[in-house]
Amino acid sequence: MHIVVCVKQVPETQNVKIDPTTNTLVRQGVASMMNPFDRFALEAALRIKDMDRDNVNITVITMGPPQAKEVLIDALSRGADDAVLLSDQAFAGADTWATSYTLASAIRKLGSVDLIICGKQAIDGDTAQVGPELATLLDLPYATYVSRIEFLEPRVLKITRQTDEGTAVWKVPLPALLTVLKDVGIPRVRSYRATLRARRYEVPIWGISDLRLSKESVGLKGSFTQVIKVFSPQRAKDRTFIEGSVSEQAARLYELLKKQGVPGL
Amino acid sequence: MDYFLTEEQRLLQEIAYEIVKERIRPVRAELDEKEEFPWAIMRDLAQSDLFGIWIPKEYGGLGMGILENCLVVEQLARGCIGIATTFAASGLGAYPIVLFGSDELKRKYLPPIARGEKLAAFALTEPGAGSDVSAIRTRAVRVGDEYILNGTKQWITNGGEADIYSVFAITDPSKGPRGASCFVVEKGDPGFFFGKKEKKLGIRTSATRELVFNDCRIPRSRLIGKEGLGFIIAMKTFDKSRPGIGALGVGLAQEALDISVEYARKRIQFGKPIISFQVIQHKIADMAMKIEAARALIYSAARYLDTKADAPDASKIAAMCKVFASDVAVQVALEAVQVLGGYGYMRDYPVEKLLRDSKILQIYEGTNEIQRNIIGQELNKEYGRIKESFIR
Repeated sequence: MHIVVCVKQVPETQNVKIDPTTNTLVRQGVASMMNPFDRFALEAALRIKDMDRDNVNITVITMGPPQAKEVLIDALSRGADDAVLLSDQAFAGADTWATSYTLASAIRKLGSVDLIICGKQAIDGDTAQVGPELATLLDLPYATYVSRIEFLEPRVLKITRQTDEGTAVWKVPLPALLTVLKDVGIPRVRSYRATLRARRYEVPIWGISDLRLSKESVGLKGSFTQVIKVFSPQRAKDRTFIEGSVSEQAARLYELLKKQGVPGL
Repeated sequence: MDYFLTEEQRLLQEIAYEIVKERIRPVRAELDEKEEFPWAIMRDLAQSDLFGIWIPKEYGGLGMGILENCLVVEQLARGCIGIATTFAASGLGAYPIVLFGSDELKRKYLPPIARGEKLAAFALTEPGAGSDVSAIRTRAVRVGDEYILNGTKQWITNGGEADIYSVFAITDPSKGPRGASCFVVEKGDPGFFFGKKEKKLGIRTSATRELVFNDCRIPRSRLIGKEGLGFIIAMKTFDKSRPGIGALGVGLAQEALDISVEYARKRIQFGKPIISFQVIQHKIADMAMKIEAARALIYSAARYLDTKADAPDASKIAAMCKVFASDVAVQVALEAVQVLGGYGYMRDYPVEKLLRDSKILQIYEGTNEIQRNIIGQELNKEYGRIKESFIR
């Protein structure tokens, strides 16, 4: 069984800064990490591998600048078998469509794949689109917001989804794509042996020529959407902390609301 | 300070410290308060491969030595020595099998210990036999293809939680210390029972229990080495493990220093951070010097013992590591509480636990008094062999 896990390198959340002149994320000198939801995707795959270590192979894949290799090394250090980095100047500026298109080409190149697992969304873009787009491009059934993965038969999954309407349990035949929530399990620590192997692992880097893609179909040129402006929301300045006993606080709050002309007071 | 560690040794430290940061520090106070066994962290350690540290590669381990074990337990001790002790006790329980076990015993017991699927334990101490190990009374009598064990072991770390026990028992009472032997006993063997979990001053997450053998029958093949080798097995095991107790002390003391310095830089009294006062600077200077001296001793001793498997002074050197670093741990933890003052005494801060935990390091795996006996007796023998006179 071959599982592909799609991961993304994102800036560490505490450090997100936006350049006020260009309105883009300041990435230089900012620490990055694996998108937290992708860590759960990897953990979901590793738990399947735990059930049958010799017959499950996990490939992690990411698209990004050369330093995105770090998240692949991290995934290998936790037990993934192989990794592929999609990196090319032409991939820069990709929206979710161009990203999915590129990932789909790479996954086709990997050959037979039984299961693709993605995090529910990345914490930088927050679109949650790449998973479903990728499944559509590869013509695979997919399930989003998966909290639990079980096997009904060797080629049929029983998955549990958390939706706004409630919990859904689905039967999903393989091959398929899942996007997962944190409920799939706490991501494991690095292993000594796997980390040693990861440090010596030569991550293959695939560009447009390896994937036989045209420059027009990827990156900014292949994107239907473009970011015109990114800005920090203005901070609300009127913030008052009310102290004292509960009844004092309630009295003070009542006064303040009344002064502001809240109807009915 | 750079101790010129290899890439592999640094990686071991890195992985162990990651577990401390991500998994141990967030839960250590709660585990201590609830006196709850750290199973979740044992699973993390299993996934990290660290349980295999000194199990030979052919039995699924990493095939490393005393130094690597010290590096790992030192890091784990920065998190919690209750957890680090639980981890180290499994290695201690496995060591008699590693050193003297038959190939059959090694193949059966070492791989699951290396994978962290099963914990091991070391059972020597008895109610009437602590420092005086020759006083052990647990009997093992051979009957046909079995041994039948009777007796009680006390204060056994990982007791009740471990699956595999190295148990010392007398096979020939007429021979004194030479009449002891070591056996593998499994949880679930008929006639093998556990007492209640002991309530302790510190390392409360670790499990300490009584083992009771009541006509406990085990196959003859569970004998480790030969009959009568028991005390040699115990002493050889301690020569390997005692530097590790020192390393636990270094890790605990390092945590105490780290907390003290961070606190002293932030705590304002008389309008200044308290670290600007010489009295605090001298305290942290003494703490740091003692820690570095202990670490330097342990790393060089561990390297020496790893390189020279049959070093004649192994017991003395191992004892020095254990005594020196455990004394440092208690002194440094005590001083850390003083640096933090009232806050140090409160359970909201982690240093009162460090102080409670540190004390065990001077007691278990041979009290520091017994260690000093070993060092003193060995010095007496060594100088007896020297012909040169230093007194004129």
